[in-house]
Amino acid sequence: MVHFLKHNYQDKDYFFLWDVESGSLHNMDSVAFLCAKKRYDKTLSPNEEIEYKKISSKDKDEINAFFNQMEESGSLNSPPRVTYFKKNPDIVKALCLNICHDCNMRCAYCFAKDGSYNTAKEYMTFEVAKKAVDFLIENSGERKNLEIDFFGGEPLLNLDVIKKTVEYAKKAAAARGKVFHFTTTTNCALLDKETADYLNREMVNIVLSLDGRKATHERVRKCLDKTVKYEDLLKKAVYIKEIRGDKSYYVRGTFTVKNLDFSKDIIALNDAGFDQISIEPVVLEESSPLAIRKEHIDEINKEYERFANIYLDRRKTSKWFNFFHFMVDLDFGPCVNKRLTGCGAGTEYLSVSPSGEIYPCHQFVGMEDFIIGDVFIGIKRPEIRKKFSEICVLTKEKCQNCFAKYYCGGGCIANAHKFGEGMDAIYELSCHMTKKRLELSLAIAGIEKLYSINA
Amino acid sequence: HIVTLFKSSLDKNHKTGCGECQSQSCKIHKKM
Repeated sequence: MVHFLKHNYQDKDYFFLWDVESGSLHNMDSVAFLCAKKRYDKTLSPNEEIEYKKISSKDKDEINAFFNQMEESGSLNSPPRVTYFKKNPDIVKALCLNICHDCNMRCAYCFAKDGSYNTAKEYMTFEVAKKAVDFLIENSGERKNLEIDFFGGEPLLNLDVIKKTVEYAKKAAAARGKVFHFTTTTNCALLDKETADYLNREMVNIVLSLDGRKATHERVRKCLDKTVKYEDLLKKAVYIKEIRGDKSYYVRGTFTVKNLDFSKDIIALNDAGFDQISIEPVVLEESSPLAIRKEHIDEINKEYERFANIYLDRRKTSKWFNFFHFMVDLDFGPCVNKRLTGCGAGTEYLSVSPSGEIYPCHQFVGMEDFIIGDVFIGIKRPEIRKKFSEICVLTKEKCQNCFAKYYCGGGCIANAHKFGEGMDAIYELSCHMTKKRLELSLAIAGIEKLYSINA
Repeated sequence: HIVTLFKSSLDKNHKTGCGECQSQSCKIHKKM
């Protein structure tokens, strides 16, 4: 399968061929691009047909001979490498601990419904957290690297249990020859210097929730403590960025139908000093006044295109930054196994509620039909994990001819279940945006590579 | 003009699958 890409940057058209099954990216001039479309796509527009007829037979023969060589080398129109894949339903290597179902903010789009997950306000006790750590270690098989993500609600409302859990997990893992990696997500409101320094010391990644411009942020993210202002949150987030050094962090925001000019929010965060940024589309019921719907996709795609060129410009300056959804590693990238496993929800990645119930992931918490077991007894309903283990991009009918199938992890199962065509199918809105972002990611990687070659 | 900018990133990683990465370039990383 071959995918055709064209991107205009600084008034120049760049033409790329993307070989889906091998992960090869080729750059060419407009003549070769047209020959490739004729050869692999079979359909040309009336204007393209006119241009194609102008190409000399000698040029066509030369180009097609080169395509033949590329096919023989396995980098063009190559066959599928993997046709069957099944995840391991028995090993667990990562837990999302919903350390508290409570929050000090009220965000209009929150999937966790003010942090409560439609359940009572609840804080995880250290006893439950210890059992969760034990459950993870016991069910991790030969895996050495284990992960715990402290999630909420707002995790810092239960900081004391986080600290005790980290110490307990480190000792328990060391006794079994394993290593824990801790991560957390915070809205920054409770980040005093002592807490920030603690997170910096113990967390391998810190996610800071900020939506971009002040007006964008304040429109949807309301702090219960009215004395806490946007400027305070920004200042605390900048402090984390400054002390992180080479360690991972990123600022993570959400765009809704109210800010489809979201590139301005990304740039605002970059101008504030952040160099690791993710602004992601909201996922809500279509009836929500903030929801992104099908009629918004064209405008969103145009905004991504505009942003891609701003991004290319900035990455050549002192304003260099990394945009999460444009990250692509075409030299290596993840192994095929990881690409097909995706997030691992329901199999190697599970979520634990404050009372100790086990769910396939944080997006399913509070949905009784998806309770897999609890940390006291263990897995009670292995059939749920088996179902998740059988879902991957290779089993989804609509994904088979998609050029993004090795780069989407199969999409979010929870979103497909809640808003899409079912958990073993797709959520089409998300697919549209994922494909656009991958096209732009490839174009950006290609253009930056061409610049480095020419330099 | 035709130039290959990136070649076969999927081939290079076809037979890994140690399960140790976070749940992404890997170099613990011991058949598909």
